[in-house]
Amino acid sequence: MKERGLIIISGAVVGLLAVILVLQGNPLNMGFCIACFLRDIAGGLGLHRAEVVQFLRPEIMGLVIGAFIMALISRDFKSTGGSSPALRFLIGALIMFGALIFLGCPLRMILRLAGGDWNALVAIPGYVIGIWLGTLFLQNGFSLGRSQDQNNTNAYLGPALSVVLTILLLAAPTFILFSEEGPGSQYAPIALTLGAGLLVGILSQRSRLCTMGAIRDIILFRDFHLFYGVAAIFVLTLIGNLFGGFFEPGFVDQPVAHTDGIWNFTSMIVVGLGAVLAGGCPLRQLILTGEGNNDGLITVLGMIAGAAFMHNFGLAATPEGVETNGMIIVGISLATLIVIGLGVIANNKKSYL
Amino acid sequence: MSEVVDARGLSCPEPVMITKNALQKTDESEVTVLVSSSVAKDNVSRTVSKIGWAVLSVEEEEDGFKLNLQKS
Repeated sequence: MKERGLIIISGAVVGLLAVILVLQGNPLNMGFCIACFLRDIAGGLGLHRAEVVQFLRPEIMGLVIGAFIMALISRDFKSTGGSSPALRFLIGALIMFGALIFLGCPLRMILRLAGGDWNALVAIPGYVIGIWLGTLFLQNGFSLGRSQDQNNTNAYLGPALSVVLTILLLAAPTFILFSEEGPGSQYAPIALTLGAGLLVGILSQRSRLCTMGAIRDIILFRDFHLFYGVAAIFVLTLIGNLFGGFFEPGFVDQPVAHTDGIWNFTSMIVVGLGAVLAGGCPLRQLILTGEGNNDGLITVLGMIAGAAFMHNFGLAATPEGVETNGMIIVGISLATLIVIGLGVIANNKKSYL
Repeated sequence: MSEVVDARGLSCPEPVMITKNALQKTDESEVTVLVSSSVAKDNVSRTVSKIGWAVLSVEEEEDGFKLNLQKS
């Protein structure tokens, strides 16, 4: 019961903060969006030159540092890694490809739904199907392999990187880019965003909130534990949006969204499948990074690289829709994930079936 | 010597899957599960209780946790 309370509180806090952050300046339906924020960080560092999405989003640093602090307190901080790092990097990039076609990570998908963006209703079945596909791989023996205990220096890399990014944000040297218009120029006060990230990082480290795990555990074990957290995010954001006047139901003219249903659906299959293979949604990967888990860190770095790739080659979707090349990249991403899944199974000796 | 499931280094849901699989196959009434993170410890504990097993004790070890399970 205590565990269930914690996961519901975590979800509720995420939902509430998501509305507060929008109220205070974040783009609409983007109180939290791990994919968008990592994409903005890639832009802020000049790894891509899409001028409307460049900003070192402090929510990300807060999440990692919050999880780091809580992991130290709860003695979960542990230097581990080495479980198929290059594959994880690639899967991270593929997750980002999918997310930047839908225009949001799974967390933002929930926030978009709670804001009345019905395009999320098309994306959710895609996400669930992607996760279901992933569970088929798991049941047939998919595993990226055991992680190893590592030298402690490795564990501090993720938190240290987050501190460096925070310093760069505050010092704002000329080589750090800041959007002057578009979503990258819209943000709540830095102290608030950093604090929100910290709080969610602390809570999520304890509760293991994960939007993918929520659905995966229902499919695999009929276990609704994590789902309560995701449900709490939705309910609190919905209530907040209704009171804040942000609830605008419809498909058309939704903030930072397009109405291309087929690609909203297909891109989230990619994200769902990728998240199962990587063992966690983008939010969870950040929390793992804070806990000293290098498998999480390498996935996050893959996501950042993936975001840079998508914007440098003009593949990411825009509110106008998805370009042909963007559609091709979704197909390639899905095919690549399936090949990775089958390849790993073919080379693994054990099956759990 | 009871059966040992070594799920060290594996991240969820794999520890839960191999534990569940082992419990469904075994003839033993006591099984030991080794995991390396508290998240795996919690998830395994939560799941086995649903399929007719009880967690007798949890020992903290240098490289994780040792769960002693018994058929209830």
